[in-house]
Amino acid sequence: MKYDQARWTDDSDDRYEPLLSEKASETVDTEDSPLPDDLTRDSLSLPDPAEPELARHYTRLSQMNYGVESGPFPLGSCTMKYNPSFTEDVAARADAAIHPDRPDSTVQGTLALCHRLQDYLGRIGGMDAVTLQPPAGAAGEFTGIQIAKAYHQHNGDERSEVVIPDSAHGTNFATAAMAGYEVVELPSGDDGRVDIEALEAAVGDDTAALMLTNPNTLGLFERDIEHVADIVHDAGGLLYYDGANLNALLGRARPGDMGFDVMHYNVHKTFATPHGGGGPGAGPVGVREELAQFLPNPHVRERGGNYEHYEPDNSIGKVHGFYGNWPVLLKTFAYIARLGDEGLRDASAKAVLNANYLAEQIEYEVPFGPFHHEFVASAGEQDAADAAKRMLDYGVHPPTTKWPEIVDEALMTEPTESETKRSLDQLAAAFNAVAGDSDAELADAPSRPAAKRIDQATAARNPRLSWQALDDT
Amino acid sequence: MSDSDSHATGSPYAPQTAAETAAMLDAVGADDLESLFDVPESVAFDGEFGIDARSERAARREVAGLLGRNADLTEFLGRGHYDHYVPSVVDDLASRSEFLTSYTQYQPEVAQGFLQALFEFQSMLVELTGLGVANCSMYDDATALGEAATLSQRVRSVSGDRILVPEHLREGKRTVLSNYAEGPALTVESYPMTDGVVDVAALADQIGDDTAMVYAESPTVRGVIEERLGVVGDLAHDHEALFCLGSDPIALSLLERPADVGADVVVGDAASLGTGTAYGFGLGMFVTREEYLRQVPGRLVGASEDAADRRAYTLTLQTREQHIRKERATSNICTNQAWVALRTAMHAAWLGPDGLVDLAEDCVTRARDLSDRLDDIVGVKAPIHGRHHFREFLARTDQPASAIVADLASEGFAVHAVEDHLVQVCATETTADATDEFVAAFREVAK
Repeated sequence: MKYDQARWTDDSDDRYEPLLSEKASETVDTEDSPLPDDLTRDSLSLPDPAEPELARHYTRLSQMNYGVESGPFPLGSCTMKYNPSFTEDVAARADAAIHPDRPDSTVQGTLALCHRLQDYLGRIGGMDAVTLQPPAGAAGEFTGIQIAKAYHQHNGDERSEVVIPDSAHGTNFATAAMAGYEVVELPSGDDGRVDIEALEAAVGDDTAALMLTNPNTLGLFERDIEHVADIVHDAGGLLYYDGANLNALLGRARPGDMGFDVMHYNVHKTFATPHGGGGPGAGPVGVREELAQFLPNPHVRERGGNYEHYEPDNSIGKVHGFYGNWPVLLKTFAYIARLGDEGLRDASAKAVLNANYLAEQIEYEVPFGPFHHEFVASAGEQDAADAAKRMLDYGVHPPTTKWPEIVDEALMTEPTESETKRSLDQLAAAFNAVAGDSDAELADAPSRPAAKRIDQATAARNPRLSWQALDDT
Repeated sequence: MSDSDSHATGSPYAPQTAAETAAMLDAVGADDLESLFDVPESVAFDGEFGIDARSERAARREVAGLLGRNADLTEFLGRGHYDHYVPSVVDDLASRSEFLTSYTQYQPEVAQGFLQALFEFQSMLVELTGLGVANCSMYDDATALGEAATLSQRVRSVSGDRILVPEHLREGKRTVLSNYAEGPALTVESYPMTDGVVDVAALADQIGDDTAMVYAESPTVRGVIEERLGVVGDLAHDHEALFCLGSDPIALSLLERPADVGADVVVGDAASLGTGTAYGFGLGMFVTREEYLRQVPGRLVGASEDAADRRAYTLTLQTREQHIRKERATSNICTNQAWVALRTAMHAAWLGPDGLVDLAEDCVTRARDLSDRLDDIVGVKAPIHGRHHFREFLARTDQPASAIVADLASEGFAVHAVEDHLVQVCATETTADATDEFVAAFREVAK
């Protein structure tokens, strides 16, 4: 038989990977159980692949996926940096796998590590106390806003509003609403920064907090931050720092020094944790001294050389069932220890250099500036989402698109410190090739990845969210 | 050569050479790196963190040294966080960097692998619960319960702000729920339990038309399998309240299908498959009826087609989410636990339906066998509830529970202290080899 090479190298149709349920599915009945029939289900139908089939299935799926180790991943505001293998090894240690309900005296090592990480994060953010409990950045926001709320209530001061710039992450708005606050949206000024006049108009007796990212999502440092802090504080509100962009400031400025009262750290962005396709992350929260009494329960402290959990006096309670995403925190600790002062400062400097260099190399218009870790280009006459799809054909992951809305057809780009000049040049070449492509070429893109353009409208109009909902299986 | 690497200064993961840095600075017209920072002098930080950089080897040694201070205990612990054996193939496949280092699937064409894996995770939960819609993860069981409570308020046709929860509820879960309940002004009330299960008569008295949701667990935090879930579901529905059931995927593979007992939402921790113990690290499971689809929190993966008419997957119904809907989103959740869900799906597929059911049955028989053995000990009554148990049970001890816990710890074992004379014990396949020694130690400390 002649070996049909074309068949084995033609990847146009072969990239489809059948669902597990299509490979093998078996129904078992559960009648022979140690429980009475009326407490058990009658049957269970799930895929039943042998281990070699399973290994091929997931290997194939991985080949249909793009990660930071596949190539440049300049997804703005997501900080997709390289994650060292050794932090994974550290988190996978068998002796790290302990149960959360052990008595404190039997987990002194784990508590000591938590305490050391709290201390490190406090120094990096200029904060007096840090909780490790929130399991993601948005959970950190929620924790911080609950702390702010508890603070005002403790002072007998009912406040109903949270002020948020229009360029802020969507989580800020959702978090404030989730905590029961009304959101006051603050329009950006002509330079992409907080408009002081608009801020003065927005802030008042009802203001519980201003949530701010600095540098903001346009990559711009809020130079008037002290003035902003004064306005908010004079009105009796608190200043909340969204730590999503902290990578741009390590060792150059600290939220605590800028007047922020409470902040979260996206440790999976600023430090190291692979994003794992959308989590797990972790969102430790730092506060200044006056707010430490409201931190989630429990907090870790050291007494006479021993470490213990304790409940802060006016704790808001818990924001995670146990102690947060512990393996992520372990990776964070290992990464900070690896880099130290100098490494953290250098990572930040190179992230900023890379963003500025890339912004310089691309032909799309890049409004505002000067930039820190990211910039927002405008695709101009092109549709930004189409431009992004076309970038996939040039072998790189595209930037975040159509956001923030203050830039038309936004391409929000954050290369991070992990990229070399050569890979930045590759990225720039991809941007510039797309900039020169026709609308027709953009509309047809992508053609190279595992899937061609996916029909998202149909997915939303006719939701099929499980293999049970597929009529063709 | 020392154990430091060639990048002796600065970040070892910022790979530009000095020549490249110089060329790039030149290209942007900057004299040096510091001049790139647009930070006013008055807020510039010119101090030190005081954190020394360590080599990889030194950092690993430091972590090993710290964790070495933990006592070496065999943990007969559960109460919401469970240790089950995770096959090596899960660690291996989940560690593939294309999974591990990818992001949320905003560009589905280059994320088909992860999207399909999450679609499969959702599908498995749909099969396990009998409900139509599973999201592709929340943080943990406690936060999933919080989201269920806020969902109940959004979908209920009449107003009502009371959330009823069992008095036997892990305190951590209850306080997380309270935090979620505060914004929408829900109140959380406990209903009584009798002999380890829902006191249905008391619940009937307590429930009212202002009840938005009734929450029950099976197995309960004490490991008891609830026998009257259908009645609880009916009570909730009589008052147009949602019935939310807490469970986990291993238990669900054996116990009554949540859809068959009237559950409107199923929450719980799915990390019991795929993750082992990790200091409370979780994976929130959230499954509900199709009619609540547009009120579901979190990410959803849907099937669609690509331009070549092949099946393809994408995140869908994103208008519910914070990055589109902002303050009108169903939840603020953004980063979830996608990679943990991947591991859970892998573990479930590795077990297959037979393996899952076997594992679940094992959770029943191990708890029964161990409680029988402890019950034989003078000074111990186990289990205290004469019911079916799953993984874990309570034992009453003549000795104070705190003394039992401390004495067992010095013998190398961990159990929970629940009340003055109540300890809780959990048995899975990971403690099997230590059971005889554990029983012997228990006999000594219970005297």
